[in-house]
Amino acid sequence: MALNDKSRNEAALKAITANRLRDGEVIFLAPGPNLGWVERLDDAALFEDAAAADTALAAAKAQAEDEQFAVDVYAFDLRVTDGQRVPVKTRERIRALGPTVRIDLGKQAAA
Amino acid sequence: MNHIAPGRNAGVYSYDDIDRRFVTERVEQFRAQVERRLSGELTEDEFKPLRLMNGLYLQLHAYMLRIAVPYGVLTARQLRKLAEIGRKYDKGYGHFTTRQNLQFNWIKLEDTPAILHELAEVDMHALQTSGNCVRNVTTDQFVGAARDEVVDGRVYAEILRQWTTLHPEFTFLPRKFKIAIMGSDADRAAIRVHDVGVFAKRNERGEVGFTFYVGGGLGRSPFIGKLIRDWVPEEDFVAYLEAILRVYNQYGRRDNIYKARIKILVHELGQEKFTQEVEEEFARLRGPKYRLAPEVVDEIRRRFGGPAFETLTDEPESFQAAKAANPDFARWVAVNVLAHKVPGYAAATISLKPAGGIPGDATSEQMELIADLADAHSFGELRVSHAQNLVLAHVRQDALFTLWTALEANGLGTPNAGLIGDIIACPGLDYCALANARSIPLAQAISARFADPARQQTIGELGIKISGCINACGHHHVGAIGILGVDKKGEEFYQITVGGDPTLTTAIGDILGPAVTADETVDAIEAIVEVYLSNRHDGERFIDTLKRVGHGPFKERVYAAH
Repeated sequence: MALNDKSRNEAALKAITANRLRDGEVIFLAPGPNLGWVERLDDAALFEDAAAADTALAAAKAQAEDEQFAVDVYAFDLRVTDGQRVPVKTRERIRALGPTVRIDLGKQAAA
Repeated sequence: MNHIAPGRNAGVYSYDDIDRRFVTERVEQFRAQVERRLSGELTEDEFKPLRLMNGLYLQLHAYMLRIAVPYGVLTARQLRKLAEIGRKYDKGYGHFTTRQNLQFNWIKLEDTPAILHELAEVDMHALQTSGNCVRNVTTDQFVGAARDEVVDGRVYAEILRQWTTLHPEFTFLPRKFKIAIMGSDADRAAIRVHDVGVFAKRNERGEVGFTFYVGGGLGRSPFIGKLIRDWVPEEDFVAYLEAILRVYNQYGRRDNIYKARIKILVHELGQEKFTQEVEEEFARLRGPKYRLAPEVVDEIRRRFGGPAFETLTDEPESFQAAKAANPDFARWVAVNVLAHKVPGYAAATISLKPAGGIPGDATSEQMELIADLADAHSFGELRVSHAQNLVLAHVRQDALFTLWTALEANGLGTPNAGLIGDIIACPGLDYCALANARSIPLAQAISARFADPARQQTIGELGIKISGCINACGHHHVGAIGILGVDKKGEEFYQITVGGDPTLTTAIGDILGPAVTADETVDAIEAIVEVYLSNRHDGERFIDTLKRVGHGPFKERVYAAH
């Protein structure tokens, strides 16, 4: 994936991410009403409008605090390009995959 | 009970039972804190300062644990333990930093107490590797070995470690606090870009004293440390530092994190007023309570032990023959080997910067190999340099070829210490939660571009330093060529500075021109080098040519296509 590829201009979506408290693993809020979490961006819930993302984010933060499951919960922008979910910011692309300098590590290693 | 006997691992401070009990109690304290966090008794806001006090950060992919390597000195046994932790709890490697520490990037919170327990077994810890306290005191990687050394800085760095650890006044300073100490006339520890930089020296009577520079630092606002005292007698070493820290603790800003470092205080108060405040505090403090007694210094020095050097002569025949027969070995000796204070010995830099490699990374297997080599050739001790390399400080010259052969066979024989391939780079956006841009890929691309050892040697001394954000962990301000990653609307750009200098002639680099893309950066470095080579006089270093001809020719060439 070209990290600075901005050639596509599809509408931005939002997803919600955090680090799992116990081991620090990067996780994403899963689709559905139960506030589950998944480890891969491909399985994450996507939000088309900011209001829905804000509502889900508030619920996710409350759950993270109540259950002490996750830390540093926040929403980020992404696009779907050629069927691939691509975070807008380089930082989020690296979090979703792993270090660009060690493609044998991180989530990309199991892809 | 494990005990590292002086002499066996000469040059490494030996813990006593009090040291060991203290570290063990801290591990158990943190274990309880982790359990309370995982059970929900502690919130993240409550827990975060506690984990940071134990060197545990949350980075992009996982927790990062920064382990203290006091003044960069390690035993082979300790390095083996780090290798084991890397294999057991991380992903088989560790990263040596510009603070002479080691950090692991893929740590689980739930494993951290076990890791700290294992570290304590070899007299190691992660205390004061984070938080607003006095951080790991750094020094010359050739301490105790360099031919130009006047005073052994390890002794005073260890005194500072003991004095500052859990010091009640200095556990919650306005910001982190970094001290570096040198015991030579040279500067291999970037003294004047630290909060406090200390030169240890001797007067005409042979007595030890210290020169203090205060208020240096890099980051958002780079400053060169100001001389505030040329001679502090040994017995006042602790009192004078205490006075500096008290003035900082009293006047340092706590309302704005960006203005909280002592460099801002010194800048805003002015050198004269700051010095006056310190001198007044020093006059109040000076007395029996803060006097550093000679017997205390002697006891600390004794606990370091000393290598059992043999009586040898320099340049033994076998060493000369090996150099004559093997040009690659001769090049490594010329570049990576430093003269030792004891005839027949040498200090060897093990480069962690292979062409195209990640600066400062070492695999668990490499760490174990280096530990074995330290045992075989350097009295079981080694050092981490602030340039992210390792050093075997006491190698017999007639063993250098054997050492080099083993290093070379394992990708550790790169002859680039101090050359263009010896790039300092912070972890950058590949790992760090604060970074704006990646640092490592640029370091890899530049070192690959300049992979040819002969070309590197022709270019000569030229430090490239790369930071992925304004916090300047990669020391870009003091790189002969500095590179700063910046984010421009989601894209990585790189700002180039030239003329930085971390040595005795400390200088902050100047921005050459507008930031460029990653691909353009590598070409820009090549262009800068070409301008240098075509303009330099015989034997002239890059920074000297730059001073003589000015920025013009470099800027013109780099931005010719823009």
